[in-house]
Amino acid sequence: MVATEISPARRSRPPLSLPPGAWRLALPLVVLAVLFAVLIAIHPRGLAVASMTPWANQAVTLAFVAVGQFFVVVTRGLDLSIGAVLALSNALASELVSGTPVEIAVGVVAVLAVGCLCGAINGAAVVFGRIQPIVATLATGAIYTGLALIVRPTPGGDVDEALSDMLTYETFGFFPTSLILLFAVVYLVWWPLSRTVLGRSLYAIGSNESAAFMSGLNPKRARLLAHVLAGFFAACGGLFLAFQTLSGDASVGFSYTLNSIAAVVIGGASLAGGVGTVIGVIAGAYLLRTISTIMIFTGLPPMAQPLFEGLVLLAAVSVGAIEMITSRNKLKVLR
Amino acid sequence: MTAILRSPTTIVGVMIVAILAIGASASPNFLNASYLLQQLQISSFLGVVALGALGVIVLGQIDLSVPWTMTSSAIAATSVVGVGAAAQDVWSTELAMPIGLAVGAFIGLVNGIGVALLRVPAMIWTLGINAVVLGLCIFITGGFAPPGEASPLMRSLAVGRTLGLPNALYVWIGISLVAAFLLTRTYIGRAIVAIGNGERAAYLSGVATQGVVILVFVFAGLCSALGGLLLAGYANQAYQTMGDPYLLPVIAAIVIGGTSIQGGSGSVTGMLLGVVFVTLLTSVLSVLQMPDPHRQIIYGAVILITLLLYGRFTRPVN
Repeated sequence: MVATEISPARRSRPPLSLPPGAWRLALPLVVLAVLFAVLIAIHPRGLAVASMTPWANQAVTLAFVAVGQFFVVVTRGLDLSIGAVLALSNALASELVSGTPVEIAVGVVAVLAVGCLCGAINGAAVVFGRIQPIVATLATGAIYTGLALIVRPTPGGDVDEALSDMLTYETFGFFPTSLILLFAVVYLVWWPLSRTVLGRSLYAIGSNESAAFMSGLNPKRARLLAHVLAGFFAACGGLFLAFQTLSGDASVGFSYTLNSIAAVVIGGASLAGGVGTVIGVIAGAYLLRTISTIMIFTGLPPMAQPLFEGLVLLAAVSVGAIEMITSRNKLKVLR
Repeated sequence: MTAILRSPTTIVGVMIVAILAIGASASPNFLNASYLLQQLQISSFLGVVALGALGVIVLGQIDLSVPWTMTSSAIAATSVVGVGAAAQDVWSTELAMPIGLAVGAFIGLVNGIGVALLRVPAMIWTLGINAVVLGLCIFITGGFAPPGEASPLMRSLAVGRTLGLPNALYVWIGISLVAAFLLTRTYIGRAIVAIGNGERAAYLSGVATQGVVILVFVFAGLCSALGGLLLAGYANQAYQTMGDPYLLPVIAAIVIGGTSIQGGSGSVTGMLLGVVFVTLLTSVLSVLQMPDPHRQIIYGAVILITLLLYGRFTRPVN
């Protein structure tokens, strides 16, 4: 594109419009802001510490898992085992994260390491085994679920309460610590990475793998990295869930897998790869959980809640459809 | 010759023989004809559902609404019988199956419209539809399956026998023949494969791609519904979680049968063997009295190893 050339289309654009890609980030943020306002308006306690901390805490686990899912989705993959990795790390956390401070620290590191290992196995099956990500992670997911059930056959276990209190209450007496934790972990991992060639190649291979390869990027290494990141963030989610519930449960996985995909799509990423932002995905996770909270407070009959959740999900993913229907050139919408 | 030896169909055939050998060594009754026929009968429920899913996967799409398409059609059919029994109306029992199938076809239609016209990725659209159907069923029934039972026709198709073979097996074979014929010998089959390879190219070649996609999803909905009706006939009731254990085995059976999850190619024969293999694997693990977690691990490992073998040694179908 020549920067000096001003096309008629460009001139006629209304002053408030954003570049095309920005809507993908702006839309979930705006919708989340609106839903947040609605929640405060109808919440019996309004904007108070007692209402904000639970709101922040309830979506942290899903946000971690969704961020992990996002890194795989952006490379044009999909991780169906991510809920199982969450369940396995949650079960392990309920065994390992208690006792002396040293034991706790070792336990946390061990849980995160197992998450990364699960991700690495997924990555190896995809990269070296040449199995499609969907089916590879479907199979490994069954294995991880089995392992989680062996570690923790029935919900229970023991998690350090002091650390749990620290992470699930407020910092400075008003700001939810869980939000700080979420953004700190994501920032510390992704910010340095996004400035390296390897980090950028995640987007590049998702956008056009052959072009990325011919530009000297390493698709194998990038794909492996994406799966390890997914495992790592799933383990973060599993740990946080353990701190939140003070126990482990091997059966929590599958709904997190499905909701993480939903959060990623609602957060503006494309399942076709190469598109999306971490912030958008976190907003997507909060969006889903905020809707559920709002439904509880609006006094909707409990029996109608699953229906409304489903309808909201459909409505959210259909937003992009308007462009498809109104598009005059059919070839633009076909792949 | 090597091409035949290296085809997924041959590999899965060898694995079926291996698993029969393992089963026979674990339990003397395993190779008993009546036991094996019963396994085929159970395979049929999975097999019927997988036939519909195969078409969707050849298109390069996926249908995650299988669990609640099965459950909702079964609930619809059994409650029609329940209503009929309450009103002492014979006709409504005859209506149970058509109504159940219509529910499945309608869900398939909505799936197809979302994927073909609204262009939402199938992975997420069918997931949403599954959630909505679940929500509708819970909202309407109040969380409990309404009173009712399977109609005589459903029961006879699911558990009855003709000439010594389970009726469910005839149903499965019949639909498989139709599906194989459609996929390999007709315009619509070629259109499905073409769309799976590239919808743009198929559209430019004059295929009404959106119509074909909708049609395939309707067929998948019908197959899932029929699977649900057979299962309800087998259990003589419909229950909330009846469809849940089918979603992943369906996908596993299809990919073990050598069909690429990316679409563009597919093998009905391979899939039939894949369905038998998945059912026998489950059955052997229960004969060996394996605890559930270990079963899951072995199940996952077997799928993974099979696919690793395919990746190294086979050429894709077609």
